[in-house]
Amino acid sequence: MPDTTNSTVKDQEPTTLDAVAAITPEQRDVPRSLWNDAWHDLRRKPIFYVSSLLILFLIVISLWPSLMTSTSPYACDLGKSQMGPANGHPFGFDTQGCDVYARTIYGARASVAVGIFTTLGVAILGSVLGGLAGFYGGWWDAILSRISDIFFGIPILLGGVVILSVIKGGSITTVVGFMVLLGWPQVARIARGAVITAKQQDYVQAARALGASSSRMLLRHITPNALAPVIVVATINLGMYISLEATLSYLGVGLKPPTVSWGIDISQASTMIRNAPHMLLWPAGALSITVLAFIMLGDAVRDALDPKLR
Amino acid sequence: MGRYVIRRLLQMVPVFLGTTLLIFVMVYALGDPVAAMFGDRAPDPATAAMIRHQLYLDHPLWQQYLHYMGNIFQGDFGTAFDGQPVTQLMGSAFPVTLRLTLVAFAIEGLFGIGLGLFAGLRRGRLADTGVLGFTLLMISIPVFVIGYLLQYFVAVKWQLANPAVADGAPFGDLILPGVVLAGVSLAYVARLTRTSVAENSRADYIRTAVAKGMPRRRVTTIHLLRNSLIPVVTYLGTDIGNLMAGAIVTERIFNVKGVGFQLYQGILRQNPPTVVGFVTILVLIFLLANLLVDLLYAVLDPRIRYA
Repeated sequence: MPDTTNSTVKDQEPTTLDAVAAITPEQRDVPRSLWNDAWHDLRRKPIFYVSSLLILFLIVISLWPSLMTSTSPYACDLGKSQMGPANGHPFGFDTQGCDVYARTIYGARASVAVGIFTTLGVAILGSVLGGLAGFYGGWWDAILSRISDIFFGIPILLGGVVILSVIKGGSITTVVGFMVLLGWPQVARIARGAVITAKQQDYVQAARALGASSSRMLLRHITPNALAPVIVVATINLGMYISLEATLSYLGVGLKPPTVSWGIDISQASTMIRNAPHMLLWPAGALSITVLAFIMLGDAVRDALDPKLR
Repeated sequence: MGRYVIRRLLQMVPVFLGTTLLIFVMVYALGDPVAAMFGDRAPDPATAAMIRHQLYLDHPLWQQYLHYMGNIFQGDFGTAFDGQPVTQLMGSAFPVTLRLTLVAFAIEGLFGIGLGLFAGLRRGRLADTGVLGFTLLMISIPVFVIGYLLQYFVAVKWQLANPAVADGAPFGDLILPGVVLAGVSLAYVARLTRTSVAENSRADYIRTAVAKGMPRRRVTTIHLLRNSLIPVVTYLGTDIGNLMAGAIVTERIFNVKGVGFQLYQGILRQNPPTVVGFVTILVLIFLLANLLVDLLYAVLDPRIRYA
């Protein structure tokens, strides 16, 4: 797939006369790599900018939530339980009398942290294990495939309810650890497939014939060409991980107080939805917009890196 | 074909054993089931030892696992916290969840494929963008949020449906939970169908069929749809397991007494036989559904032959 994009750009130059006239300087100097091509494609997409800005904003407020609110999410006054918006408290109060706006802002940290760290963990663990299995094959590949089959056999939500209720942690680290544990086989499979495809390409065979060492072939030739599918899955999954964390927290096995999480707040508000829907709507809206931003970014990255789907 | 099925079934054995062992070890780490039976009171040591002996808990974990697996194949899944056999709980819970899953599956297949076909045939136009936007929203809003919103608006405010499912789970009550359960998968099915239809509608055989003067309708249903459905069927098949597991959330919102409810009770009461038993059956369904998909593959696409 990477070479098709390269070759089309290169092939067009000498053959058609009018194409020569239309060629931009950057096209003539260097044939664009897959990454340049993807970046070029991304820069023309409004969706890419919208989602990137949203994500940037989310990262900023999860690092410095006090920028957006001076109220503490733990400063609660039971006398104000379930009251609607008031001066200085635009989203109203929850059952404990805490400020819903402050809790919505502070809740971003848990979601963004879980999403990013899980994605990093899954991508690194999955691509290293899967990549090595695809490259070396043999017994290592066989064992790894069977292990990932076992993890695949457990639907992730089911595994989450059982395993997390055993661990009883409730911190961000526990939830990330669990999600990496059940998430890596998916990336490992994709990385394995991509490495096997890349391994059979002529340029890798040529490198082998020239006497390149395994590590050189792996790092210099295979990795750059097998990375794209892994990045695509990782970005798309980021949003799904955030959604999964909220679902687990909602079920009472994910994050636990005192961590401020949208999932917990939604779970607590859900029993009161008839009396005070505002308690549910704000964190739910924030959660949905966050997941939406990451999924839109994932979509844009996939379209850019996977030219076949265009 | 027959040899392929046997090979696949044999391959399922280690996966099944591995998965159940993983769950077994995990659940037995849940806490002491004997202590859980006594609630807050401290059990009499002699009584506790007796119960432990009766439940085979005085053996090492690997022996307990073998003992448990041996019992399972004789149809004995142990007893739940209230003394009922787990098989009886399964008998009441699985039909309910199965009905819910069926409703969700029908909604997912029908509307997912319909929307996908609709968008794929109008690629790049307003209808296509609309469907894409709709599916993006469905994927982004977590299931339990959609669940509560629909329950609040459709059932409570506009009173178009029951907010909770009655005992026995009649199909009429299951439509709303079914929509909620199907939501995310429906969006994926629609997107997958759309991509597949859009890709195949430029294929040579479609052009040939149109050039031959075949009616549009026939070209779309027989030629285009059948070829485009191959990746969709894979997704639908693997989704059966996810739907049954995802029912934990939906069942909680709509108060359905199905598999999710029983699993939850099992975990709350620290009752290993309930949890391991239900998870084992779910894993089995998941694995069998995957096998079924691979077999369906050959039916839909004659190019794929299993030796």
